[in-house]
Amino acid sequence: MARKLNLRIWRGDATDGGLKDVQVDVNEGEVVLDVIHRVQATQMGDLAVRWNCKAGKCGSCSMEINGKPRLACMTQVSSFAEEETITVTPLRAFPIIKDLVTDVSFSYKKAMQIPAYEHPKELAPGDARMEQIDVERSQEFRKCIECFLCQDVCHVVRDHEENKKSFAGPRFFIRIAELDMHPLDMLKNRKRTAQEEHGLGMCNITKCCTEVCPEHIRITDNAIIPMKERVVDIKYDPARMFSGLLRREKRD
Amino acid sequence: MTLEKHKYDVLVIGAGGAGLRAAVEAREAGLSVAIICKSLFGKAHTVMAEGGAAASMGNVNDNDNWMVHFRDTMRGGKFLNHYRMAELHAKEAPDRIWELETWGALFDRTKEGKISQRNFGGHEYPRLAHVGDRTGLELIRTMQQKIVALQQADGREFGDMEARIKVFAECTITEILKENGKIAGAYGYWRETGSEVLFEAPAVVIATGGVGKTFKITSNSWEGTGDGHALALKAGANLVDMEFLQFHPTGMVWPPSVRGILVTESVRGEGGILTNNLGERFMFKYIPDVFKKQYADNEAEADRWYEDQDNNRRPPELLPRDEVARAINTEVKAGRGTEHGGVFLDVSKRIPAEVIKKRLPSMWHQFYELAGVDITKEAMEVGPTCHYVMGGVEVEPDTAAAVGVPGLYAAGEVAGGMHGSNRLGGNSLTDLLVFGRRAGAAAAEYVKKSSATQVSDSTIKAAADRIEAPFSRAGGENSYSLHAELQEVTHNLVGIIRTRDEIVDAIAKIADIRARSKNVAVAGGRKFNPGFHLAFDLDNMLLVAESTAKSALLREESRGGHTREDFPGMNSIWRQVNHISSFDGNHVSVKAQPLPVIPKELFDLFDVHELEKYMTPAEIAKGGSN
Repeated sequence: MARKLNLRIWRGDATDGGLKDVQVDVNEGEVVLDVIHRVQATQMGDLAVRWNCKAGKCGSCSMEINGKPRLACMTQVSSFAEEETITVTPLRAFPIIKDLVTDVSFSYKKAMQIPAYEHPKELAPGDARMEQIDVERSQEFRKCIECFLCQDVCHVVRDHEENKKSFAGPRFFIRIAELDMHPLDMLKNRKRTAQEEHGLGMCNITKCCTEVCPEHIRITDNAIIPMKERVVDIKYDPARMFSGLLRREKRD
Repeated sequence: MTLEKHKYDVLVIGAGGAGLRAAVEAREAGLSVAIICKSLFGKAHTVMAEGGAAASMGNVNDNDNWMVHFRDTMRGGKFLNHYRMAELHAKEAPDRIWELETWGALFDRTKEGKISQRNFGGHEYPRLAHVGDRTGLELIRTMQQKIVALQQADGREFGDMEARIKVFAECTITEILKENGKIAGAYGYWRETGSEVLFEAPAVVIATGGVGKTFKITSNSWEGTGDGHALALKAGANLVDMEFLQFHPTGMVWPPSVRGILVTESVRGEGGILTNNLGERFMFKYIPDVFKKQYADNEAEADRWYEDQDNNRRPPELLPRDEVARAINTEVKAGRGTEHGGVFLDVSKRIPAEVIKKRLPSMWHQFYELAGVDITKEAMEVGPTCHYVMGGVEVEPDTAAAVGVPGLYAAGEVAGGMHGSNRLGGNSLTDLLVFGRRAGAAAAEYVKKSSATQVSDSTIKAAADRIEAPFSRAGGENSYSLHAELQEVTHNLVGIIRTRDEIVDAIAKIADIRARSKNVAVAGGRKFNPGFHLAFDLDNMLLVAESTAKSALLREESRGGHTREDFPGMNSIWRQVNHISSFDGNHVSVKAQPLPVIPKELFDLFDVHELEKYMTPAEIAKGGSN
């Protein structure tokens, strides 16, 4: 049975905007994206919102719902009290384009700065042999759907625009960790560049990124902390620094 | 205001698997490439592909090889496939998968450390390379990251990472431009600002995917609006066999907001069974004669197959998708469906909870979060959903060149021919790799031999006028309502089961909606305005629907993804016919064209008694072409 929902939507662009109240029908089982689409089809034809798969697999409909970064397609209306007003606003850490759509080019620029995978030159296509247990560590990070909720929630950039230059963000720490743990990747010094070029050291492990990840990737525990620990080992272990002079290791 | 212009050697429209693979190939041939996509980079519908990528690597069962894969593909397509596409696909798929591994892809492994392969409907051996149930995402990320790798190489060489390959995200192409009968570029608008943009290029690769949004219940995202199909038609190319749509048997049916979202076939590949509301495992009743040799007719044998595949026939849940979809449709219509109009799909009785969570993690997640169902404990409710279009741009198999339009190429779902009347699960991901690569290579060859063409001012003006039109109308039709109306028509009248009268009715209704769509008015400005975007997508969907309905009317038989209640059987005469759609600027017209004759060496790969089920006695006597 349809009931009325009070929805508050941020409308506007980079120059000006504010919250608009609307009443919209909502049916059993619907998610926030459904009611946004209903508003679009019946009341605000030009309401801007990104979405694609509507199944939590593409990471397009990222927004803030009652102040929390979430995917609108995976947020059930029934998870809020019936009388509650649901407020939807654009991702706060990124520049607004229009309504619920923000400019997420920050993350695409960072993606281009992470050195690519390097396949062993002598290993012909089809000859790779890897244990399942060894690929699983990187596979956890490759589940990432690039919704950029972790990039949005991270304190380092959320209220500190100036940090964006030197900080790649959680999404790209798991990308570096994924390559670092890749059984075949040949590139050296991934952890060190994470620290020196991509701002790993600026993360103060509040685990907000892990909390908002819709794929439940353990960003902090499985990617960031292990890399931080190893970076400390590498940089401040005199014996290792000495042995590093004698032989080149694949891993840092 | 000056028009934004870009010049490239090759334009790739669409950034799904086929588009990205084409772009990589053209760039590696030394050309400059623009990738244009409607969404953000990396969001393409390919990410939704769950089950895997079919390639006869023989890692799990070494009896597998390209010939077995070719046979399965032809059987699945009911022999309406273009034999050459099916042959190239079967031969090249393994190399395309191994190549991804050299770009960093991490597929699940066998005990020996090779790429693991899983069972899937219609495939004789375990054949699908996979990563849990998010294989499509792995393909997209791998190619996305390969493109970044190429950009980094260009950065080192030219000091500009985007010197030879650039992604234009959130940009819609409204027209493919020609001068003197040859491709000259494409015109479109930025979704963000609504401002217009011209791309000049001698070659265009269309890789825009499918048409699902033409239908009411679909697994496709908003992007599946048949853009490439319509752009190609308008540019003078043909579409082939547009009557064939794959209704995936298992979409979610509850709650309503997720109706249509896919439940991967791997659920059945891993041991999921289908039952009706009487608790009956009904698929045993629906094994067609042509498949009786390969499928078990009793539960005991079907159950044994999961342990011993060499000595037992496969469970009927793993029949090709068209068979399963029709069976579910019949059960529901006969009143044996679930409360919400589906049937039950259950993995919980056969597989331990932790194994389900490991092998089908995103299915568990999807049902738990969206439907409140724990699939390790309860059955899922599923029903057919419009999933894939077998029909598409008529292409030359070896080059993916669109027939009749020099400089135009099409690969992936938007191309027709490869899958015949029905696609096997897992064949799509390797289709887009095999033919994406071929399209990129052929486009590069073409560009190297051709001279640059300039787009004329009159061509530009015509394209620009069309974009402006919906803003200049006051009080016209609403694009959202027209879209909903079209979806009702296609769903009810040219859906999973069709009859002559309904199709005739559909053709008239589609024409009416099309006439009214000329009067669509858009509220608001140009800046990121979904109402404005839909107006153009709608135009594409209407052409696709017209082509589908007119092709469906002509084909008086039932085959694969085209079921006529008034012509329920498969007829060998119709197997010799492709339906070719063309567009004269006003209407789509459809004509019959003889299917290419399969060469003798491919004909001889089959048992002649099997071919007798599909071919006429005259064809059998001839034994293929020489």
